[in-house]
Amino acid sequence: MKQLLAFIRKEFYHVFRDKRTLLILFGMPIVQIVLFGYALSSEVKNIGIAVLNNARDVQSEQIISKLHSSSYFKIKELAANYKDIEKRFLQGEIKCALIFPSNFGSDLYKTGGAQVQVIADASDPNTATTLTNYLNAIISHYQQELNPNTTLNYQIIPEMKMLYNEEQNGSLNFIPGVIALIFMIVSTALTSVAVVREKERGTMEILLVSPFKPILVLIAKAIPYLVLSLINFIIILLLSVFFLNIEIRGSLVLIFAESILFIVTCLSLGLMISNVTASQQTAMLVSMMGMMLPTLLLTGFMFPLENMPKVFQWASYLVPSKYYYNITKAVMLKGLGFRYVWKETLILTGMSVGLLFVALKNFKIRL
Amino acid sequence: MLSTNNNLQQKVTFNFQLKKMKTLLFILQKEFRLILRDKTILAMMLVAPTMQLIILPFAANFEVKDVKIAYVDHDHSSYSQQLKNKIASSGYFKIVANPTSFQKGLEMIEFGDVDLVLEIPPGFEKNLVREGSQKVNLSADAINGTRSYIGGSYLISVIADFNSHLDINLKLPSGRSGSPTASISVASTNWYNPRAEYKYYMVPGILVLLLTMIGGFITALNIVKEKEIGTIEQINVTPIKKWQFILGKLIPFWIVGMIVFTIGLIVMYLVYGIFPNGSLPVLYLFAGIYLIALLGFGLLISTFADTQLQAMFIAYFFMMVFMLMSGFFTSVDSMPDWAINISNLTPVTHFIKVVRLIVMKGSGLSDIGIELGYLALFAVILNGFAIWNYKKTS
Repeated sequence: MKQLLAFIRKEFYHVFRDKRTLLILFGMPIVQIVLFGYALSSEVKNIGIAVLNNARDVQSEQIISKLHSSSYFKIKELAANYKDIEKRFLQGEIKCALIFPSNFGSDLYKTGGAQVQVIADASDPNTATTLTNYLNAIISHYQQELNPNTTLNYQIIPEMKMLYNEEQNGSLNFIPGVIALIFMIVSTALTSVAVVREKERGTMEILLVSPFKPILVLIAKAIPYLVLSLINFIIILLLSVFFLNIEIRGSLVLIFAESILFIVTCLSLGLMISNVTASQQTAMLVSMMGMMLPTLLLTGFMFPLENMPKVFQWASYLVPSKYYYNITKAVMLKGLGFRYVWKETLILTGMSVGLLFVALKNFKIRL
Repeated sequence: MLSTNNNLQQKVTFNFQLKKMKTLLFILQKEFRLILRDKTILAMMLVAPTMQLIILPFAANFEVKDVKIAYVDHDHSSYSQQLKNKIASSGYFKIVANPTSFQKGLEMIEFGDVDLVLEIPPGFEKNLVREGSQKVNLSADAINGTRSYIGGSYLISVIADFNSHLDINLKLPSGRSGSPTASISVASTNWYNPRAEYKYYMVPGILVLLLTMIGGFITALNIVKEKEIGTIEQINVTPIKKWQFILGKLIPFWIVGMIVFTIGLIVMYLVYGIFPNGSLPVLYLFAGIYLIALLGFGLLISTFADTQLQAMFIAYFFMMVFMLMSGFFTSVDSMPDWAINISNLTPVTHFIKVVRLIVMKGSGLSDIGIELGYLALFAVILNGFAIWNYKKTS
C-alpha cells in the first residue's frame, strides 16, 4: 500500500511538472463552457436585413418600425434598388430582404389584398427558414392590428411549453457533451501518452524489474488522471451552475457515480491504446484522431444523430461517450432517476470491464 | 573607371543574392525529401482530408426533419383526427405514438423516444365549435434547442394553416367573413439554395476546416519535432538566416496545402456536385493568402512549445476555439458583441465566409475585397510574430 502511494506521488510530480499542458487542461473546459454558454446560441437574432421600400407610405413604414423594434433583425439602411439588395447579399452583409411594391398601401385598402416579397439567403437553410417564419409572424401580427374585429372565427391556439428549459438556454445541450469530451482528452489521451512516454524513454524497464507488481504500475498511472478528470468535472459543474445559471435537477451522487464509471471506461481505453502503441506520436494520433473524431461526431451533441446515415447510427452504439452523454442529459438536466438510465449504466459497466480486461491481459511484463 | 567599379559592386551583390537563394533552395530540397519520406504523415495530409470530406457532410447535417411527436388525443373527434392527419402529412413530422395520457407522453420524452407531445384536451371539437377557440398543449423537449424550436414553430405554422382551412371557417357566410378585409400575402423566395439543402452550406465549411487542421497542426508538429530530436540545434549553428529557415518550412507546406485544397474542390465537385459559382482564380487567391496566415500560426505555436504533446494540445485548443467561433456551426451575427469581436480576430471566420460566398453566391473580388485585406493582415502579423519569436539561441 505504501509502495502504491509512493508511486502515485511520483506520477503526480510528472503531471504537475508539465505546466503548459496543465494550463491547457484546465483552461480548455473554462473556455469551452464560456463559448458554448454565451457565444454559441442556436437562436437567431440581430440578423442583417435589407428593406426595399418602393411604397414609402404609412403602412410600409409601420411594418418597418416593427422590424426595427424586433431583436431578430437589424436594418442597416434602406436599400436603394433591387441591384443594391443583390450586392449586399453578395457581400454577405444581409441574410434576407423585404420588398414592398410601389402600390402597397393603396392595394391594401382599395382591393383588400397587398403583397410583399421576402427573399431569404438559403445558403444557410435553417436560418433562412427561421427568418421567413419570423417575418411572416411580424406581418400577420400587423395585419391583425389592422383588422382587430375580423380574426378567424374558429381557431385552435397552440400553447408551447419548453420542458426542462423554460428560459430557452441554448447551452444546455452542450454541457454534457463538453464534459464527455474533456474526459476523453484527459483520461484517454493523456494516460496513453503517459505510459508510452515511459516506454520511449526506457524508464518502463526499470519499473518492471522493480519488486513492484506490474499491474500496480498501471493503476498508479491511472489514478492522477482520474483525479484530474474529477477536478475538471467539478470546475465545469460549478461554472455551469454559477455562470450559466443551469439548474442541476438530478441527484449529485448519481451524477458523480456515473461520471466515475465513465472516467474508468476512458482510462481503460487509454491503457489499452498504450499497450498497442510504441511511440508517443502514434499514441497521440490514435487517441486524438481515432477517438476524438468519433466522440465529436457520434455522441450526438454537435451533430444530430437522427439525421445521419444508418451506418453511422449503428457505429454510434460502439462509442462509450454516447451513453455517458445520454446519462448526464437525463440525470443532470431532466432530473430523472436511476430507473431511466440503468440500461446505459449497464452498457458502460460492461464496456469498462471488457476494456480493462483486454488492457490488463495485453500488458507485457517483458518489453 | 567609376562605372566598372559600380558594375563590380552590382555583380557582387547579385552573387550574394544568388547565394542566399541557393541556401533557400537547399533547405527546400531537404524539407521536400523529409515530407516525401514519411509516408504516414504524407498519407495523413492527403488521404485523411479526402476521406473526411466524403464522410463528414453526411454526419454534419443540421436539417430538422422527422420530428417525432406523441399525439395524446383525449377527444377522439373528427377534428382531432383531421388535425392528426394534417400533421402527419406535412412531411416534417412523424407521429410515432398515441399515448392515452399526458403522463405517458412525458415518459416518452424522458426516455428520449419523442421530441414533442401534443395534447388534445377532452371536449376539443365541442369547445371549438361553441366557443370559437380552443387551446391545445404542446410540450417540447427543450434540451435539444434547435430541434425543439424549429420543430415547435413548424408545428405552430401547421396548426395555423389547419385553422384557416377549417371547414367551419370556410363555410362562413361572407357577411361575417373569416378572412380579414385587408390582407397581406407574403411571397417568399429562397435564393442561392432553392431546395434548402444542407450540404451546400456544410461542404465548403468543412473544406475550410480540414485545410485549417492540416495547415495548423502539421507545421506546428514539424518544427517541434526538430526541437525534440535535436536537429534544430544543427540548423541553428549554420549560417542559415531566420527567414530562410522559416521560408524553407513555409513553402513546402504551402504547396501541400494548395494540393489538399485542390483535391478538396475536386471531391466537392465529384461527390456532391458542387462547383464554385464564383471565379476559381479569386478562390485560389484567397486560399493562398489564408494558408500563409495559417502556416504562420502553426510556426508561432511551434516557437512556444517544447514537446510534440504540448504543440498538439496548444494547436488543438486554438483549433477548437477557431472552429466554434468561426460561424461554421452558428451564425456570427447572433453572438454577443464581445464574441463577434473575437470571431473577427480569427482568420478562419473570414475564410469560411469568403468560401461560402464565392462557392454558393458567386461573389466577386469587388464584393469581398475587404476580406482579402483582413486575411493579408493576418498573414503579415502572424508570420512576423513567429519570425520575431523564433530564436536561434535557446
